[in-house]
Amino acid sequence: MNDLAPDRKYTNAAIPVGGVDPHPDKPSGEFITDVVSNDWVNDEYKLLVVRAAERALTAYAGQFYHLLCPSPDGAEVWMRRPMSIYKVDKAATCLEFLYKCEGRGTQGMATLAAGDKFNVAGPLGVGFSLDPAWKNIVVLGRGVGLATLAPLSQLAAENGVGVTAILSARKSNLVMSEDLFDELGATSITVVDEDGSSAVENVEKILEKLIADGKADAFFTCGSSRLLKLMQNLGKKYDVPGQVAMEQIMVCGIGACYVCMRTFEVNGEKTLKRVCREGPVFNMQEAVGW
Amino acid sequence: MVDLSVKIGDLTFQNPIQPASGAFSWEYNDVIDLNRLGALVAKTICREPRLGNPTPRMAETEAGIIQSIGLPGKGIDYFLENIVPEYAKFEPPLVVSVSSESAEDFAELARELSVPDVDVIECNISCPTRNTTGGNFAMQEDHTKMVMEGIRAATDKPVWAKLSPNAGDLVAVALAAEEAGADALVIANTFLSLKIRTDNFRPALGNKFGGMVSPALKPIVLRMVYQVAKEVNIPVIGVGGVTKAEDVVEYMLAGAHAVGIGYAGFRNPSALTTIIDDLETWCDERGIEKVTDLIGAVKDDDMEMDPLVAASHGV
Ligand SMILES: Cc1cc2nc3c(=O)[nH]c(=O)nc-3n(C[C@H](O)[C@H](O)[C@H](O)COP(=O)(O)OP(=O)(O)OC[C@H]3O[C@@H](n4cnc5c(N)ncnc54)[C@H](O)[C@@H]3O)c2cc1C
Ligand SMILES: Cc1cc2nc3c(=O)[nH]c(=O)nc-3n(C[C@H](O)[C@H](O)[C@H](O)COP(=O)(O)O)c2cc1C
Ligand code: FES
Repeated sequence: MNDLAPDRKYTNAAIPVGGVDPHPDKPSGEFITDVVSNDWVNDEYKLLVVRAAERALTAYAGQFYHLLCPSPDGAEVWMRRPMSIYKVDKAATCLEFLYKCEGRGTQGMATLAAGDKFNVAGPLGVGFSLDPAWKNIVVLGRGVGLATLAPLSQLAAENGVGVTAILSARKSNLVMSEDLFDELGATSITVVDEDGSSAVENVEKILEKLIADGKADAFFTCGSSRLLKLMQNLGKKYDVPGQVAMEQIMVCGIGACYVCMRTFEVNGEKTLKRVCREGPVFNMQEAVGW
Repeated sequence: MVDLSVKIGDLTFQNPIQPASGAFSWEYNDVIDLNRLGALVAKTICREPRLGNPTPRMAETEAGIIQSIGLPGKGIDYFLENIVPEYAKFEPPLVVSVSSESAEDFAELARELSVPDVDVIECNISCPTRNTTGGNFAMQEDHTKMVMEGIRAATDKPVWAKLSPNAGDLVAVALAAEEAGADALVIANTFLSLKIRTDNFRPALGNKFGGMVSPALKPIVLRMVYQVAKEVNIPVIGVGGVTKAEDVVEYMLAGAHAVGIGYAGFRNPSALTTIIDDLETWCDERGIEKVTDLIGAVKDDDMEMDPLVAASHGV
């Protein structure tokens, strides 16, 4: 009767590594993963690697998991935190998350160590999609947005699509995922605030050059309202389609609670959509910046 | 094995576990098997399409979350055409929840919702961010009686009244709902609350006020269920802070026929079905044959009231 002792706080029957999966056909689930590593990649970001049950490994670029973060301070963390899938390593049966340590949830995540259990729900949401007509795409990301965009280059590589990645950050030591993009054969261009290269006018020039060179059949972005606006304008001007990954505070992550709303403009009319269900990846031209 | 089925009015539910309105949708079928639930409970629907409240709609506090969603939805026509059929794909009875700012419209909505695929009409007369004459009727017994009488006259479906924990005299409101013809009472909606950010001096929620949701509120709602169940002759459904099977047992001991679960499904998307499994185990391990044996079975009529004697007993 131990596990049903009256003073336990919550019920918990998520699917552990190697456990029986009661719903092998369902698209999402609640899983107990095993932490493999959780290391700093620079001053602000950590990379969490967890081993997970087979069905948890079905995520594709742009989808996310809803993470039950441990407490950083002994008090409860009441809500899960959404994190994009950074990498699915099918061979090692591992999921990877690249995250910025900010508030209580991510600080709690930062305390995880190899051997710990970590409860993740997912994969959730609608991710990126590639039109077979696209031969070359441009990925523009800033800060943690790069965590969301990185697996897109993997998807592109698998589909024989060329990728140019423009990586924007405050300082050069905060530019992330360069290796991952390079590894997958992407051409990466780094721009930083330090030397002014990340200024919108400069990024605009880079994008216009890529369009002129026939390297921009589609645009992809995440993480900066300013860069979204830029890509929207150029997309309209040169008729380049695009997708954007959006963020919003979430509660359920499944589509039930209507907490995660963002404004979109569809056929000239403003409307609200659920980031967790209709997104997080949306048609770039429909997004209204934040 | 224990018989988990419960009856509320003429309807039989395969177990006492129901989702709470607004904290659930058929999309949860992506994660759990909805056919295992006692009932399906849809999000509150209004006549007109509504965008809901400004964001942010949720904030964390020391002991739970506060939220103000503002009843977004595409209106009753869309609901009947598109959402009821989504729920009709599953076996458990469908409870639809409805809200309006006027008693006449409330009754008319109940009439329109009385379609074959709908099994119960839950009247959300307690949305905490509406006012007492404009939707939050459950703050006062006379408003409750008026609105529930109109609804009762408009439909033959079972009608449940969802009451407010913010009412001054909840038992009086409950009796008014019963007198007006409610078939069951759902206790309770959320607690009106406020969070102010100390970094920018602004309310944390876009709508300023929100409803608090937390396992910490369970003892308060449990007390309300206990007090109401003692006074009314219709079933009570306890909603507030259920996160595990023992909480279901506690609500049933206090007099509830069933429970509604919201927050726990956010924390653990598989919570509802897990709680059903755990409740079964809990009953089996104790040789309880029918879960209905727990209803109102709290042992409180032979309590030792002499403090000198009580303090000489063990704990
Ligand atoms: C689909 C999606 C994918 C994401 N992917 C990543 C990722 O790969 N790496 C990464 O570092 N971050 C990512 N984020 C942002 C991440 O969810 C937030 O940084 C995190 O929730 C902050 O939690 P906290 O407790 O550390 O911070 P706090 O500031 O203490 O959070 C307070 C509250 O605000 C919410 N919140 C704060 N910022 C955000 C935000 N930007 N988006 C959503 N909710 C927020 C939190 O959930 C929490 O409820 C993603 C967000 C979304 C919606
Ligand atoms: C995000 C959210 C949305 C809700 N929406 C509704 C609603 O539309 N109608 C309603 O009657 N109650 C609504 N509620 C209240 C719940 O049904 C329930 O009464 C409350 O959450 C307490 O139960 P819990 O402690 O199990 O979460 C909502 C609660 C939450 C958290
Ligand atoms: S987080 Fe609940 S609907 Fe998106």
